[in-house]
Amino acid sequence: MEILAILIPVSLGLGAAGLVAFVWALRARQFEDPKGDAERILSDAWDDRPKPD
Amino acid sequence: MAELSAARISACPACDAAPLAERLAETRQAQADGTLILSLPTAHCATCITDVERALLARPGVRAARVNLTLRRVTVDAPGLTAEDLIAVLAAIGYEAHELDPDALSATAADRQGRDLLMRIGVSGFAMMNIMILSVAVWSGAEAATRDLFHWISGAIALPTVVFAGQPFFASAWRALKARRLGMDVPISLALILATAISFFETLHSGHHAYFDAAVMLCFFLLIGRYLDHRTRAIARSAAAELSALEVPRATLLRTPSKYLAGGPGDARSPGLATHDMAEEIVPVATLRPGDLIRIRPGGRIPADGEIIEGHSEIDRALLTGETLPVPAAPGLALSAGEVNLTGPLVMRVTAAGRDSSLSRLTALVEAAESARGRYTSLAERASRGYSPAVHLLAAASFAGWFWATGDLRLAVNIAAAVLIITCPCALGLAVPAVVTTASGRLFRRGLLIKDGTALERLADVDTVVFDKTGTLTLGQPKLLSCDVLPHDLRPVALALALASAHPLSQALAEALAGTAPAALDDLREQPGFGVAARWQGRPVRLGRADWLGASDSSDSAASATWLGIGDQAPIRLDFTDSLRPGAAECVARLREDGARVILLSGDRPAAVADIAARLGIGEWHAGVAPQEKAAMVAELGGQGTHVLMVGDGLNDTAALASAHASISPASALDAARVASDMVLTGKDLAPVADALLTARAATRRIRENFAISIAYNIIAVPVAIAGFATPLLAALAMSVSSITVTLNALRLRK
Repeated sequence: MEILAILIPVSLGLGAAGLVAFVWALRARQFEDPKGDAERILSDAWDDRPKPD
Repeated sequence: MAELSAARISACPACDAAPLAERLAETRQAQADGTLILSLPTAHCATCITDVERALLARPGVRAARVNLTLRRVTVDAPGLTAEDLIAVLAAIGYEAHELDPDALSATAADRQGRDLLMRIGVSGFAMMNIMILSVAVWSGAEAATRDLFHWISGAIALPTVVFAGQPFFASAWRALKARRLGMDVPISLALILATAISFFETLHSGHHAYFDAAVMLCFFLLIGRYLDHRTRAIARSAAAELSALEVPRATLLRTPSKYLAGGPGDARSPGLATHDMAEEIVPVATLRPGDLIRIRPGGRIPADGEIIEGHSEIDRALLTGETLPVPAAPGLALSAGEVNLTGPLVMRVTAAGRDSSLSRLTALVEAAESARGRYTSLAERASRGYSPAVHLLAAASFAGWFWATGDLRLAVNIAAAVLIITCPCALGLAVPAVVTTASGRLFRRGLLIKDGTALERLADVDTVVFDKTGTLTLGQPKLLSCDVLPHDLRPVALALALASAHPLSQALAEALAGTAPAALDDLREQPGFGVAARWQGRPVRLGRADWLGASDSSDSAASATWLGIGDQAPIRLDFTDSLRPGAAECVARLREDGARVILLSGDRPAAVADIAARLGIGEWHAGVAPQEKAAMVAELGGQGTHVLMVGDGLNDTAALASAHASISPASALDAARVASDMVLTGKDLAPVADALLTARAATRRIRENFAISIAYNIIAVPVAIAGFATPLLAALAMSVSSITVTLNALRLRK
């Protein structure tokens, strides 16, 4: 059962990492325009180089 | 625990006020730093996004442009540019765009609320999954110290999660209690708090059952219902804001320039000069005062009540009275807000503005009718009204029963908590929003925007449909009846004359004659309010009103007419008819097929109404109906026990729209009419009206089925809980299975 001492922190850490990623995505307004983002992937406007900010 | 949540709730007036202050600051900042928001009603694909952004960025002065396809708008950062500049850029590449009122920015408050709910969903979702991993271990037989450790970790995750994610429920439950009501949120909050508290107590005493996973799962599912509900309303609200922003309320005010000014700045508006010497200024309509002089360009809407003091033109009163024929306008004629100036520029003196104008006079009627409709109770309200007392009684009774039978306080509280958790309305909370979201999404794709969640339920009851004529069944745009009356050699002349005017009849004539080459005319001039005159091959030619050309007009005919005069020959009469809205015939036919009674009420002349009624096969019609009579007739139908759906667009329909059981207006309708109606047609087509009735009936059926599902699940689960056999595993299973069943049932509407 000593394995639990590793497994539990690991699973909690993974969960926390997912949560942090979700909070970041929400804060970065990635859920503002789901329909637009689904269409933007089809555009070839920035295929050669990334769009500068 | 209770103290903790009370403390959070009492802090809430402050957290309600904070976003407001933030929002105001944001609005001001947006105006200051040159951020403009334009609505893009026609954008729909990847090409649209690229085209619009590329075109805007190519315009010097534009620093950034980003299209939001979900909301169909573009946010542009362009200090120093006005919305008109950008609209011109977009018009050049073929995109329709409208400036959004800065007030529409308040939509960002709704966005923030949505993000807030999403955050709580995310947090409770992650917490739920992590607790579930530990719970599965406990359910599959973890013992003693291991079980206690898992319970402690679960509790450490669950407590902050419930405190954070449960806030919307706690706040709303607190509001309900303060108002001495029992909403759905009171039993929900009670279940959350009780489940968390009991589980901590059990953990502390090495108990077997902890309901941490159930508490967090409850939060998660209920928040999803809350979010769906919020999103439906937010989308409807932002689209409604866009529609109302289509007419940015501005007027051209005439001021005496300061060099002529003798007195103080207070005299700036006193007219002591010829109007062409006065300075023009664009002002918001809200700032107009009686006595102001305003200029109205051809095609402009009249912003306030007043009297013409200069200019000749024709006035389109269709939106106010339903009349299709324009009224000639000359100095002295009284104008009402909402009418449209057609041919010549006018100067008018404002006699009543804002709240006193005839536009607002109808508001009293609307308000009276709306309060009558406000009494409608939705299915969800009716369900929750019976639900809350039942749940509290059940929990209290099982606590009392077990305490009386065993004398064991801990056991009795445990069972009462289990009853509260099991009966908690996961399915009930999702039953309505899931269906409304799916149904309104389906109708939105077909071109109908639902402004109010209960509208679907009310629409499902409808058995009588009342239509307005001008602008609703018809487009309110005239169409030439037949080209045959025009000899071929005269067509180029007629076209050249028609092209010179913005009058609707001229435009219709030009459209009908498209393909003909216009003749060369000399001396072309428009006589506002009368027609167009010119010289053709040395002869005077005129296109315009009958009396201007000296023809005798028999106005009992169904159609509007204009006359073409060539030299001394007898003038030729050109008849126009109002063209039907696309889908009107199909819509009426399908409604009658469904067994609905279709009635046509119009303020127009009997001949014109009879013509449209005959073309659509509507047997029951009334012409020359005044606005109050319309509302009275609709109310009378309602009094007879029929459920009326009113479809109309004009000011004269507004009171009728508000007093009907349900109401729909086209996007071209006046602001007031759209505000008064439950649903707005986003396209030109009228066919979605018939779809809406079918979808509404299907949606209401699904809502009832969902209620039946959640009641059936309670009938099975509640006795188990009262008998004391409920375990956390059973609660988790029942909760997720019923929620998923209800959601899947709602999704069946999508097809």
